[in-house]
Amino acid sequence: MAFGPFLLLALMEGLVTAAILALAAAGLSLVFGVMRVVNVAHGEFYMLGAVLAWAVTTMIPGPPALAFLAAVLIAPVLVAALAAAADGLILKRLNYDPEATIVATIGLLYILQQAALSLYGPNANPVAAPFEWRIQLPWFGYSGYKLFVVLAAGLVLLALWAFMTRTKAGLIMRATQVDRSTARAFGINVDRVYMGTFALGAGLAALAGVLIVPIQQAQYLMGHDPLLLSFIVVIIGGLGSLRGTLIAALVIGLSDGVISMFFTPTLAKILATLLVAMVLVFRPQGLFGARA
Amino acid sequence: MRVWVLHLGLIAVLFTAQYWLSPYLATNLARIMVLTVFAMGYNLAFGYTGLLSLGHALLLAAGMYAAGLPAQLWGWTAGPAFIAGIAGGGLVAAALGLLALRTAGVSFMIVTLMFAQAGFLTLLYFAPITGGDDGFAVAATSRTLLGFDLSADTPRFLAALVIFAVGLLASLALVRSPFGRTMVAMRENEERSRMLGYNPFTVKLAALTISGLYAGAAGAAYALLFGYVGASFATIQYSILPMLYVLLGGAGTTLGPFLGALLMFALIEAATGLTTAHQFIVGAALVALVLFAPKGILGTIRERWLRWLP
Amino acid sequence: MTNLLHPTRRGLLMAGGAGLLTAALPGYVAAQAAPIKIGFQLHRTGIGAAYGRWYERTAQAALKAINDAGGIAGRPVEILFEDDATDPKRGSEVVDKLTQSDGCDLVMGTLFSHVVMGSAPRAGELKVPYLVCSEGYHVASGALNRWTLQPGITDVRAQISTMAPWVAANLGKKVTMVFPDYAFGHDHRDFFTAAIQAQGGEVIAQIAVPPTETSFTRYFPQIPAETEVLYHVMVGPAVLTFVKELGEFYGTGAKPQLFGFIDSLEAVDTATPGLEFLEGTHFWEAHPRVKAADAGEHEGHYRAAVGVDDNGASVSDAADVSTYSHMFSTWETLYFIKQAMESASYAGPADRQKLVEAMEAITDLPYGIERPQGAKRFNGKTHQVFGSQHISQVQGGKLVKVHTTTIDEGLYEDAVDYTTMSF
Repeated sequence: MAFGPFLLLALMEGLVTAAILALAAAGLSLVFGVMRVVNVAHGEFYMLGAVLAWAVTTMIPGPPALAFLAAVLIAPVLVAALAAAADGLILKRLNYDPEATIVATIGLLYILQQAALSLYGPNANPVAAPFEWRIQLPWFGYSGYKLFVVLAAGLVLLALWAFMTRTKAGLIMRATQVDRSTARAFGINVDRVYMGTFALGAGLAALAGVLIVPIQQAQYLMGHDPLLLSFIVVIIGGLGSLRGTLIAALVIGLSDGVISMFFTPTLAKILATLLVAMVLVFRPQGLFGARA
Repeated sequence: MRVWVLHLGLIAVLFTAQYWLSPYLATNLARIMVLTVFAMGYNLAFGYTGLLSLGHALLLAAGMYAAGLPAQLWGWTAGPAFIAGIAGGGLVAAALGLLALRTAGVSFMIVTLMFAQAGFLTLLYFAPITGGDDGFAVAATSRTLLGFDLSADTPRFLAALVIFAVGLLASLALVRSPFGRTMVAMRENEERSRMLGYNPFTVKLAALTISGLYAGAAGAAYALLFGYVGASFATIQYSILPMLYVLLGGAGTTLGPFLGALLMFALIEAATGLTTAHQFIVGAALVALVLFAPKGILGTIRERWLRWLP
Repeated sequence: MTNLLHPTRRGLLMAGGAGLLTAALPGYVAAQAAPIKIGFQLHRTGIGAAYGRWYERTAQAALKAINDAGGIAGRPVEILFEDDATDPKRGSEVVDKLTQSDGCDLVMGTLFSHVVMGSAPRAGELKVPYLVCSEGYHVASGALNRWTLQPGITDVRAQISTMAPWVAANLGKKVTMVFPDYAFGHDHRDFFTAAIQAQGGEVIAQIAVPPTETSFTRYFPQIPAETEVLYHVMVGPAVLTFVKELGEFYGTGAKPQLFGFIDSLEAVDTATPGLEFLEGTHFWEAHPRVKAADAGEHEGHYRAAVGVDDNGASVSDAADVSTYSHMFSTWETLYFIKQAMESASYAGPADRQKLVEAMEAITDLPYGIERPQGAKRFNGKTHQVFGSQHISQVQGGKLVKVHTTTIDEGLYEDAVDYTTMSF
């Protein structure tokens, strides 16, 4: 295939990766930014979104579009509720101490993974996409659903941005992120904000899982890679900056596709990983974060 | 004085353990001691100096391959291979520190994670030499030390014990030395330490390098004592493992890593005996532990009752 | 009539004799009833979990069949399963636990090759027979020790080499290979390249994909336009994605012939929406998932025992597709153990070495309920078994067997002679 179409394909693929990554990372960025805690189980919320999507679509008969819509509405809400419970029962009682939260979320990771294994099984089960539409370009075919994913992710992120900047709830969240004690002094119930943030972060990750599952299948170990990538994106983008997260997701998603055009996959991954590390070494606050 | 009695006493008890433990438990105790050395190194970086690293698997693998490859390619015996392993861990840690210590906090965590990932992928890339994911078995001729066969139960146990003992006593001496206190000062308040004239970068680099020496020793010991070298030891779960042991047993305590390693083993053994969903039990136990003993077991004990615990 | 207070001498003698006999009897009875304990290193969690599930079911079915027929040399058999989390370090610990803590006579069951590599040294140290169900070439390549054997499943070298003649004759000679970038994939790359060259063919592109890759579209542009055959063997949960994306990429336009290994689709239904692109393409199978028209007489019995229907899915859930081309290895390994133990008159762990020597002496393993996949030939020197391979075509969403190779086609020169090594 000629270079031009090859590049186009790589960019399109990168865009899909970036879209999903942006959603998952946005969830983490919120949790990280507002609560200042490392949630090692974040990838498991993503996995649960995918697994619940499979469960919902198998239980609801009728056209795939209907079942998928139900999954999009139900799965993230369920996962958010689970996250809220985890926050209330565990994280709050730890007072959000960073180290303790890491251990607790590692424990949560084991629990969620085992639950998925026991209740859902070890297999990778497919979920039918809401529609099957193949776009035929002059040089290759492409899945219409993938473009839909990019669109959907973009819309959700737009809605998130509107929520954060235009609503009172978003304002309260940002206030808590800037200074927790001052926010409390202003009468903001910080604990409830934290619970809401944690739930919202988990819900976003779960939504990313629901959107990806027609492309990738639901498997109980699928949370591992998104976890790492989400962290990279959040840190590179800069703590507390949603815009930074988005741009970092775009950069990482697109460059991953393009780099792999020129090098063997393993070498490409090595280079990409080292690139990420070097960005942080020479600009520790990330691309858009404020210098600490 | 109490402190030395406690530590030497533990070593003595462990020495006798080979006589009153079943061969199965004794071999597992040898494994635990080797992993404890890894965790002790992590503790020095994290528990005492406050460096939250997610890349220690890189250092473990560095030691493992630095010992295993010479044995495989040039027929080195255990003694030289072990020293090579320690050196390997230390060198990689120093190199890692020179780059990664320009960052702090969560950025440091991610940078170390990235370098560890790159290390793992490099091991896969050079699979013809490293064996890649599959790894390779260390030849029997390389597993002899001073005429003793390290694959036999007793020499293996004693070798593990000696490495553990040296590591433990060295860490004890270190944390009670002026440098040890400087490490803690860096963790507690870096700005104030800098104002007092200490160079945070060199202190942290030294701490990380020492941590790497320990990790290298543990990796080399695992390769030589248990006969297997593989890239799976460079994956992220081996970065989380020492952190888990340390946080469980008590970060910033000398005996915490050992207790944590012992406890995790006991927990997994008990869990697999009870049910096939053993991961669930481990997860629940971790959550329970962190809710009720957040400073780790020894950390909580030190805080509440035994303030003299190092 | 004997008086209890004043027993006669004969009475005493009788009582004494009876007592002695009773004292000796439990020992005698106990020895007869002492079960043979087989340790099973199972991938219950981790990346191997999907296979592990079916390995456990098949092993349990074989166990029942063996015990119903009287066990091994009249002794009942037990299997103890331990989860190795598909991890080499844990695998080594599990071998330890099964042998020393659980008191098993031998250990079997591992599939993933890195776990085999991590565990085999420990089995060698403990001097316990370690029978892997892994299809890896590591046993016959000499990388392991004399205690490790693979009697239940053929290895990838034999599997791959036998495919080249049929592919070259029926599909094409210019091949592009897509494989996972680790040992399993490298074996495919190396063995198939050599084998197709021997048929006058050529591998014109080798596309290595990271094993954890979740999206493959970006690799397809690397497939040269003049490719006649696209050889694919993907492992892991992403295989469905691979096929779907291949279909999206090529659509209904010109495309190369496809040849894959069923490893890509184990536990996956070939009729899954999105897999239409596979229609008409061919796969290697070790054991045809869909019951062939000319299947052996024991095939039905085997399927009933392991709970699999004629389409290769669980009888209790048609959506639960089995790992049919791998799980038979556990069944056949158990019967191999039975044969070896009986021929060695195995009494206990002290006879382990004798047991391995008896195993090494086994050669022909004819088709029967003990060998549902087919007749085999065991090579005592390389500790590897050889058997037939099959090629199936997807017709109407179902795999239909179209070709079977002979055992001889899969043979290759010995790379090692374990019998010359010490135990």
